[in-house]
Amino acid sequence: MSYEFLQILWFILIAVLWIGFFFLEGFDFGVGMLLPFLGKKDEERRAIINTVGPVWDGNEVWLLTAGGATFAAFPEWYATMFSGFYLALFLLLVGLILRGISFEYRSKDSNPAWRNRFDWMIAIGSFLSALLLGAAFANLARGVPINADKMFTGNLFTLLNPYGLLGGVTTVAIFLLHGANFLGLKLEGELRERVNGVAKKLWIGASVLYVALGIFTYAAGFWARGIVNPGIVPIAAVVVLLATGYFINRKMEGWAFIMVALNIVLTQITFFSMTFPNVMLSTTNPAYSLTIYNASSSQYTLTVMSIVALIFVPIVLVYQGWTYYQFSKRISTDKKSLVY
Amino acid sequence: MDPITLSRWQFGLTTVYHFLFVPLTLGLSWFVAYFQTRFYQTKDETFRKMAKFWGKLFLINFAIGVVTGIVQEFQFGMNWSEYSRYVGDIFGAPLAVEALMAFFLESTFLGVWIFGEGRVSDKAHLASIWLAAIGSNLSALWILLANGWMQHPVGYVINDANGRAELVNFFALITNPKGWLFFWHTISAGLATASFLIIGVSAYHLFRKQHVEVYKRSFQAAALVGLIASVLVFLGGHTNGQFMFETQPMKFSAIEAHWETSQPASFSILTIGDLSGKREVWSIRVPAVLSFLACNNFDCEVRGVYDIQAEYEATYGPGDYIPLMVVTYWTFRFMMTVGFIMMLLAAFFLYATRGNYENAKWMKFVPWVIALPYIANSSGWILTEMGRQPWIVQGLLKVEDAVSPNLTTVDLLISVIGYTVVYGSLAVSMVYLMKKYAIAGPDAAMHESVDVAPAVVGSQD
Repeated sequence: MSYEFLQILWFILIAVLWIGFFFLEGFDFGVGMLLPFLGKKDEERRAIINTVGPVWDGNEVWLLTAGGATFAAFPEWYATMFSGFYLALFLLLVGLILRGISFEYRSKDSNPAWRNRFDWMIAIGSFLSALLLGAAFANLARGVPINADKMFTGNLFTLLNPYGLLGGVTTVAIFLLHGANFLGLKLEGELRERVNGVAKKLWIGASVLYVALGIFTYAAGFWARGIVNPGIVPIAAVVVLLATGYFINRKMEGWAFIMVALNIVLTQITFFSMTFPNVMLSTTNPAYSLTIYNASSSQYTLTVMSIVALIFVPIVLVYQGWTYYQFSKRISTDKKSLVY
Repeated sequence: MDPITLSRWQFGLTTVYHFLFVPLTLGLSWFVAYFQTRFYQTKDETFRKMAKFWGKLFLINFAIGVVTGIVQEFQFGMNWSEYSRYVGDIFGAPLAVEALMAFFLESTFLGVWIFGEGRVSDKAHLASIWLAAIGSNLSALWILLANGWMQHPVGYVINDANGRAELVNFFALITNPKGWLFFWHTISAGLATASFLIIGVSAYHLFRKQHVEVYKRSFQAAALVGLIASVLVFLGGHTNGQFMFETQPMKFSAIEAHWETSQPASFSILTIGDLSGKREVWSIRVPAVLSFLACNNFDCEVRGVYDIQAEYEATYGPGDYIPLMVVTYWTFRFMMTVGFIMMLLAAFFLYATRGNYENAKWMKFVPWVIALPYIANSSGWILTEMGRQPWIVQGLLKVEDAVSPNLTTVDLLISVIGYTVVYGSLAVSMVYLMKKYAIAGPDAAMHESVDVAPAVVGSQD
């Protein structure tokens, strides 16, 4: 396999890992943020957590794998992005730590104050993570200051520009909607009704923000700065998001979930194709941008990693899929059937 | 403080903290899987209680290992970007494989194990804990192969065109003896850690005559595994030491405060250094033992720190190539002493299980043994990482050249303080829960709503 083919292959693979992560962890971030608002009683909160209980940790591994794959295949990208977004990633890690530990610890003490504290930490941790990931991706689309030595020259405030913030807030809104749709699929009874009411409102907010982000992207000229034109992909992303409202109103939860899932996938495809073959655009000088060519590992490493990925990615997909199938039943708030 | 010092402190703190929880995860997973298998085979309710009880402690511990593990993977890029650029072509691979092969397995099947009882078949439920255990231990293998490469780089060339190290032999990377020696040492240390936790907690209950059947069986299994594991830790460590003598002579001699080349070399029982930690003031030594440790005979030459320093200056240019000896010297002695005590204690416990040990007076003090593996594990990690200084990759890249150049002291103060606060509060909740569930006994672990109040305990089964 030619060197260039491998570089493109790994770019696509990393994109797939991020798509998987946003699609999967997107709904459990949403579920986490909705938890203290939707669940009034302890059983309700436990039922809400249990919708993602068996799977959230597996979902998060998509992030770890995306990070590891970036390190292995594009070390310069990994080094520049992770050191450049230092404080943002530190806060992301704090968010992930808070929510991860809270999922496991919240029910291990019966004190209501204990449980309430951990429930809020799940919500805050999920919010923080979604916001920062959204802001980070928006900044990657926008471009960041990078010098000739492939080094990031900004700071945290460089990332807090209007476009980055809008990207963060929009991501939060989409994930909230995605989480609500997921809950609609997984819960039953009164809680399911309540989720439907919330989903309607969330859909309006998410749609407004999403369209605004699209217009901003286009107007600011962040559009198609690589060699690929995403074409109708972003338009399709808007269409499926708008269609979600129809399905929510009809209480067709499966379709509503699929629509937002598609929106997330299409958004990510747009994102990764917008700047291709750049992986980090430099606002200092376009010539300093990191590309799949100047940021990648050697041909040998990419070949070895391709073989590893070819073997293990299908295996992972099979057993993760099996897990979702095993836990596909709706969850009731009946105390006897709840796993704490 | 400058960014390099702060980055080193941060990496040290987060790594040692992470490694407080990892060995228990590695070792306890096998125990839980074994107890559950015994239940599956015999339908003996005692085994079910054992699997549930130790499984609960396993999960409380596991959660912290997971969340602090994410930090580890991100830190290479965040704090050590120049390192990541220089060796990413090699070092990234085992990390990616770790995520793909091990993390997915571990996290997915642990989820099935926690939530799947009664939902998936008993066989699948049993398989899920074994797969989680295999996943955890596989992740140890990959990260230790990665660390082994930093101690003993193999299978690479330096590419002059882009000035970085590049992988040319993946097979050499995954068969690096250093990584496998670490794996042997760490896996057996994990089993020893789990054994001592089980011994300590079981003794607590046996002394109080509670749940005698559950804890007698646990104690006996742990005493046996604890003895085998602590002997394996010792043998692995000894082999590791000899490999180190060949590949990292400076680290070897620094651990021993061995200043001058000698043949045969004496082993230092106690050495007092000066305030810099780099000069000897006074010592007591046993003749020829160091030679034995280095090469299994009492007569080989062991080069001293001064000679190796001179050689490194000639090879790598002027600089200080001597690790902070006060740390390497003492962490080694802590690790060794505690390891020996563990071996003796495990042998004693195993011997005691032949008699009426549960009524023995000394059982009262046995819970304290839980602390021992933690002292040994932490000392071991600090030793192996500090002993490599000033190198981040032995002979290739120094720590001072590996740090992210864009980070400021303020960035680092925020993250160092932030991690300390977050990790500190995690530890408080974790210790609280561990203690609560350890003391509450198997009935609390059986009751899924985990109210430990006596009125609720045992109401569901």
